[in-house]
Amino acid sequence: MAEQKNAIAFVAREEKPQLPAPASTTGAVGWIRENLFSSIPNMVLTLLSIYLVYVSLPGIIDWVFLKSVWTANSLDECRQISREGACWAVVNERFGQFMYGFYPQELRWRPTLAFVLMLVAYAPLLFDKLPGRKALLLLTLTFPLAAYALLWGGILGIEAVPSNKFGGFLLTLVIGVTGISFSLPLGILLALGRSSDLPFIKVLCVTFIEFIRGVPLITLLFVASTLLNYFLPPSWSFDLILRVIIMVTLFASAYMAEVIRGGLAALPKGQYEAADALGLGYWQSMYLIILPQALKISIPGIVNTFIGLFKDTTLVSVIGLFDPLGIVQPILADSRWNGLVVELYVFVAAFFFIFCFAMSRYSMYLERKLSTGHDR
Amino acid sequence: MSVTTPIGGEEQRFSIGMLWTDTRYRSTTIQIIALFLVMIAVGFFLQNIYLNLQALGKDFRFDFLFDPASYDINQRLIEYDSQSPHWKAAVVGILNTLLVAFLGCITATIIGVLAGVLRLSKNWVVAKLMTVYIEGVRNVPVLLQILLLYSVFIEVLPKPKKAEPMLDGMLVATNRGFYIPSMVLESGAGVVLGVFALSLIGIVFFRRHARKVQEQTGKVLPVALVSLGLFVLPALLAFFAMGQPIGLENPELKGFNFKGGVHMRNSLVALWLALSIYTGAFIAEVVRAGIQAISKGQSEAAFALGLRPGRTMRLVILPQALRIIIPPTISNFLNLTKNSSLAIAVGYMDATGTLGGITLNQTGREMECILLLMAFYLITSLTISGVMNKYNDMVKLKER
Amino acid sequence: MVKKILPVALGAALGVAGIAGAQAGTLDDVKARGELHCAVSTGLAGFSYTDADGEYQGFDVDYCRALAAAVLGDGSKVKFTPTTGKTRFTALASGEVDVLSRNTTWTFSRDADLKFTFAGVAYYDGQGFMVPKALGVESALQLDGATVCIQTGTTTELNLADFFRANNMSYEPVPIETNTEARQNYLAEACDVYTTDASGLAASRATFENPDDHIVLPEIISKEPLGPLVRHGDEQWSDIARWVLNALVIAEEKGITAANADDMAANSKDPEVLRLLGTSGELGAMIGLDKDYALKAIKAGGNYGEIFERNLGENTKIGLARGLNAQWTQGGLLYAQPYR
Repeated sequence: MAEQKNAIAFVAREEKPQLPAPASTTGAVGWIRENLFSSIPNMVLTLLSIYLVYVSLPGIIDWVFLKSVWTANSLDECRQISREGACWAVVNERFGQFMYGFYPQELRWRPTLAFVLMLVAYAPLLFDKLPGRKALLLLTLTFPLAAYALLWGGILGIEAVPSNKFGGFLLTLVIGVTGISFSLPLGILLALGRSSDLPFIKVLCVTFIEFIRGVPLITLLFVASTLLNYFLPPSWSFDLILRVIIMVTLFASAYMAEVIRGGLAALPKGQYEAADALGLGYWQSMYLIILPQALKISIPGIVNTFIGLFKDTTLVSVIGLFDPLGIVQPILADSRWNGLVVELYVFVAAFFFIFCFAMSRYSMYLERKLSTGHDR
Repeated sequence: MSVTTPIGGEEQRFSIGMLWTDTRYRSTTIQIIALFLVMIAVGFFLQNIYLNLQALGKDFRFDFLFDPASYDINQRLIEYDSQSPHWKAAVVGILNTLLVAFLGCITATIIGVLAGVLRLSKNWVVAKLMTVYIEGVRNVPVLLQILLLYSVFIEVLPKPKKAEPMLDGMLVATNRGFYIPSMVLESGAGVVLGVFALSLIGIVFFRRHARKVQEQTGKVLPVALVSLGLFVLPALLAFFAMGQPIGLENPELKGFNFKGGVHMRNSLVALWLALSIYTGAFIAEVVRAGIQAISKGQSEAAFALGLRPGRTMRLVILPQALRIIIPPTISNFLNLTKNSSLAIAVGYMDATGTLGGITLNQTGREMECILLLMAFYLITSLTISGVMNKYNDMVKLKER
Repeated sequence: MVKKILPVALGAALGVAGIAGAQAGTLDDVKARGELHCAVSTGLAGFSYTDADGEYQGFDVDYCRALAAAVLGDGSKVKFTPTTGKTRFTALASGEVDVLSRNTTWTFSRDADLKFTFAGVAYYDGQGFMVPKALGVESALQLDGATVCIQTGTTTELNLADFFRANNMSYEPVPIETNTEARQNYLAEACDVYTTDASGLAASRATFENPDDHIVLPEIISKEPLGPLVRHGDEQWSDIARWVLNALVIAEEKGITAANADDMAANSKDPEVLRLLGTSGELGAMIGLDKDYALKAIKAGGNYGEIFERNLGENTKIGLARGLNAQWTQGGLLYAQPYR
């Protein structure tokens, strides 16, 4: 009892100064302890990963950069210079073919110009804070015509280039960008059709979408390369690249439709009812009320479909077109480079990675920008 | 809606314009127009097909399927030789497609779940490694990955004559494929397998019993330990009691190639691995999104109840996350199955390789072959999504 | 509703189909287009390949140029479509190309069932096997259990199946799309044997780093008469394809070359030469061409012998002897029908 009395005798007048956290939980050491060695399994995992990186990374860097060969005339020469490094000399030598395929050498400025124009034309669509956006949008509208004139020529006195000369990344971009541009409006129509009240239209759209989504793209490309001509009068024969673009567009539009349908379904019913209550007709209510919201919700999905479409363009090599993957064949047929495949594939992979990774980062940026604070 | 409906006595006379302006008729009008357009299009296509086939002197029939295929297929799950009919070649191809799709779905799920969970790990190194894997693989075309893996196998692995058997002769990696031991069953093997099957059934019953006990009394039985015991011990006892009737046959170099054991061709392994790695990265993202979608309150509540992290994951988070994870995972399985048609690039004889490849070529029946091929993929896709949707309905949150 | 209308629409469609049957001839199409569409291989040294400038070269390619010269008067007016063993027939059947000149074997079923017409035999070939010397194999009969690289969609895979079956041997086929991939697999020894037409083997071997490390086995297991082909049903066009080929063969027989063709046309004493080159008679008109079509064809790339020597002959890297492909007067099989 007496002791208790004594204990109350002292009362602190002011707050005690805060002690710094124990050294083991702050700074680099603390971070490492917390994040890397918090438990035994965690420690094992960390050590294992570090070991993995330690073993593979130097080898990879050596192969790609330090011990690689950039100029040589044949595989033998490459191997004589360095046995452990990649032989990028082949990419160096055939860079033009990788970019343009068999597009005539002296006309290659045209696709390059078209590519630059494309960047300028699409910039106002991608970034809405761009200065002078209105003026640029006008350019966007004229871009398809300009691109056609530049790439194929044959009009306005520009020298014509037949499409069987197209190849390399030029071909990838032509198929990818055209497919992307046409599949979006088509996909919107299909999605609207699928969620429409009209039973026949609905059945039609569902059949189309489910059919396309149910078969692999490669079979559709087979149709493009072998069967499409059977469906059309003999006089209509148009060339393979156009047929492929049609098929790729149809393919992507079915996937696009499903993404947009998700957006349409995610809108609260009140939005539809409000539009009806305002007395708007079907197209008005879709254009003014529903689609702007639904499209916004589905943007990440749309970009993902774009990325998928872009990657899928590699399949055209199976039906004999010279996209970057297809162009590897004639290069390998050259006896100087025979036996060298990995480097070529890695180069093509790097190209696709850069494009697709950029697109996926852009979709993340959009997602952040468009999340208007409705999230809890 | 009812603006144009007549009000009161006088019947409004029907005019042609009302087919479009009157909402009562408009939807029917639109649909009839659409129907006619579709029929015109279909008629146009059919006419062209007819004309074109006639011009080429071809017909449209399937009896070529019963002619001998006269080509050989290296990997076949059923009896087949070059004198078998084309339809059998197609079946061999279809089974090969299903085989690689089945294997791929399993490994892709394992890879995906592991990578997805590890990417959320607090361990910085592991999380970053997983991010590199996922982003790297997702942004490169799968066809490229298949080809790359295949050519690495061909160029890097040793040829059969120089190949060193590994793991006590059990595994041989050559540039023609991987050889693993095959199981050899002798008399008495049936008993061992029977015992093993019985103990599997026993495990199921014990688990049910354990749950009942836990629900009624709250007592937790050592499920894991007993299951493991049941799984291993009886079969092992039977195995030795019957005098080791199940043996392994190791591959051996004979003549040009290794003989014996199971030969997993490069084309199969490259396709299988590439598809698993690619689809696994997508599944990992699905898993991560699913886990992150569960509100933090759930895990905090579980911790407050005194559950350890492992149990929190297993009993609280995963059951809820699964509902979000399963639908996109199904569509990833479907994509894997469809992507398996890229087998053609590495010479794996799947349905596209036999029916849509060699058979199409040797018979020149492109219309029939591609039609059959599409029908096969369509049926497979619809079946998988049908079955999975059923399952999805079962685990779906029952809402009011 | 649907049930009633559909059959009517179908009936109507098919009715129309019955009436309209004929289509314009290939010759008119080509002339209207001003360009010959010709399908060749994606890449086989000596027969069809692209040089560094992206220009097509080779034996099969030169035939297309001769045909274009005969029809259009200019051997450069050809659009080449590269095809694989798999896509070649559909390209021709669908009308994408006018002629297929891609070392294609003339067989009964291709002629009758695939509805193609072969213009003739441009190259007599046979299927052979190539193995690395180090393997120590001397005969195809020692190949039991071997792994064999084959190109899919060709007659070779059928011959191969027959050969091994007939000799009661087993093998492991590695199906491959193009000659390039086959070479890749073979050189990495992912297969023991590469089998294709003997000319193709020689062409591939010529491009190897060490050609002497590989041998072609003595057995030739099939007859492979290779030639250009066209769609069935257009007799005029198939006659043109046949007689352009024959003209090249006759030209060699009569000693007409690209260099002396004009001279021969003016000064030759041989009536058949004069008929062929259009100096006398109007034979070209019988197949819808100018009378000097053969002269133009020969001037485009030379006669058969010149084309052979330039692309495949002993002075090229491929180094094939004429063998069966010599003129009948020199013990070969080339025996063009008389030109009268």
